[in-house]
Amino acid sequence: MPKIDTSLFEIGTLDRLAAGDTDIHALDPRAKLVTTLAFILTVVSFGRYEVASLVPLLAFPLVLAILGRVPGPYLLRKLLIASPFAVMVGMFNPFLDQTVLLNVSGLNVTGGWVSFAAILLRFALSVTAALVLIATTGFAQVCMALTRLGTPRIFATQLLFLYRYIFVLTEEGLRMSRARDLRSFGRRGTGLRIYGFMLGQLLLRTMDRAGRIHRAMLCRGFDGEVRLNRRLRWRREDVLFVCGWLGFFALARVFNLPQELGQMLLKVIA
Amino acid sequence: MHMADALISPTVGGIMWAATAGLIAHCSRKISTNLEGSRVPLMGVLGAFIFAAQMINFTIPATGSSGHLGGGAILAILLGPHAAFLTIASVLTIQSLFFADGGILALGCNIFNLGFWPCFVAYPFIYKAITGHSPSRGRIVTGAMLASIAGLQLGAFSVVLETVASGISELPFETFVMIMQPIHLAIGLVEGLVTAAVVTFVWKARPEILAMAQGLGVRTAPSFRGVVTGLALAALVTGGALSWFASAHPDGLEWSMAKVSGKEELEAPADGIHAMLAGIQEKTALLPDYAFKAAEHESAQAEGEAPAAWPAVDAGTSTSGILGGAMTMLLAGALGLFLKKRQHRA
Repeated sequence: MPKIDTSLFEIGTLDRLAAGDTDIHALDPRAKLVTTLAFILTVVSFGRYEVASLVPLLAFPLVLAILGRVPGPYLLRKLLIASPFAVMVGMFNPFLDQTVLLNVSGLNVTGGWVSFAAILLRFALSVTAALVLIATTGFAQVCMALTRLGTPRIFATQLLFLYRYIFVLTEEGLRMSRARDLRSFGRRGTGLRIYGFMLGQLLLRTMDRAGRIHRAMLCRGFDGEVRLNRRLRWRREDVLFVCGWLGFFALARVFNLPQELGQMLLKVIA
Repeated sequence: MHMADALISPTVGGIMWAATAGLIAHCSRKISTNLEGSRVPLMGVLGAFIFAAQMINFTIPATGSSGHLGGGAILAILLGPHAAFLTIASVLTIQSLFFADGGILALGCNIFNLGFWPCFVAYPFIYKAITGHSPSRGRIVTGAMLASIAGLQLGAFSVVLETVASGISELPFETFVMIMQPIHLAIGLVEGLVTAAVVTFVWKARPEILAMAQGLGVRTAPSFRGVVTGLALAALVTGGALSWFASAHPDGLEWSMAKVSGKEELEAPADGIHAMLAGIQEKTALLPDYAFKAAEHESAQAEGEAPAAWPAVDAGTSTSGILGGAMTMLLAGALGLFLKKRQHRA
């Protein structure tokens, strides 16, 4: 049970962070959404053995997280919680691909380890970028940006509804689960039969609630569209933000920046 | 079985995004023309119900481990395919944005794998075919079980195809299939049991809800044309993925050849953008550079020169790469410190 409470608390944290007012928060949500998508595309377009050249891209989530005041430990924790799938699929690589790719002072590094490291790095980059986007923008704003960029309105409305009711219904589910645990002592009543009844009850209550919500909304003039109380304004900062980062992504994609830097340093030393 | 961005290629991710966006647009149009607005709050609340249902666990008989509801099949049964697809898509979007469960580029794959199969294949062709217009307890249970299992099997197979077509993971096709399908058979069984339990409960307590969903299902049932379009789309996507798989297969061969001969050629992803970007990249990047050298060695060997040991590790290049990497890390750290400092002063 503590695990669930924590995960709910964590969504709350993202919402709280999104309410901040830094320069990053002030940017147009469309600018942040488009740049984040371009970032993720850039990250996944790298070859499977490229690790060093991916490193400069860390700058994007790092700069946004710091300027947007998203706490690092929080991001790291989320990253760890989400990692099992990528780690489990990726960890076969070292066993399957044994070709030696690098030799670091006598130690042979196989292609499998290199591609595993690349997978982990891609994972860290893409996940933190997505989290930072939400933490500096807020879900309602992202939905608004999505609508402006062509997502069907009904889908955006659906996302907003869903997001609002997650909190209410999850708490209801938790209360039911807690009540059952207190009565069952971890033995009787935890089986499928009772579970089916519980979920069925929750479902019926949920559907009734949906009916009530809809009637209440109709009374207040709902016409199928959720209106948000913020106007989108595309300013010079947004253009700079998008162009600057896209330029940086292109640079990091075309040139192997760490490699160039290393060669330059070696020349200086020599 | 949510796929992560780290494991898919831009082409696979892009194609699946396009397919999913098309389906979302199609479903949105269907719902806004066929239904009054009352379905939208219901969809939102039922999506939240899926989250809430995952807060409650049950003990799986005879194993002692616990399971919970996944949701695809039950949403299709309660809402009909179009509304259910949109609901599943929104649930997955929120999971990917807030829980980092499944990546953003992989969202297209995930929505397709977990939404398309249960809503447009398992529900109309299995559940509805079995329950028909006169549902009974036995029919509902059989239909829900089979639909859940079929939906998850197809989804798991799609995960395998998309992963293999992306070529990031080294897992060979056969091994991955042998891991994924049995695991998802077990998950599908549990999912089916839960779905059957909840649907029979609703059927006994409030039969009109199911009748309404069924009625709506009939009214909004995918027209023959819709089904054909959907299947054609699926065939196209699957065909595309399979053809990549076919072109990726020589890589597997090459890989096993590499094990035998100790030689390997860098595989080139078949997609346009990637190939173009990689083309620019090859001149400068560390590792493709190696591969090119290897190719040169190969041609040198073909001309009968003394075979050079692959990999021809150039100590200078390794050193500069590692040094540069370390420097970049330091620079990033310095940048972070600088920004933090500035912020404190501000």
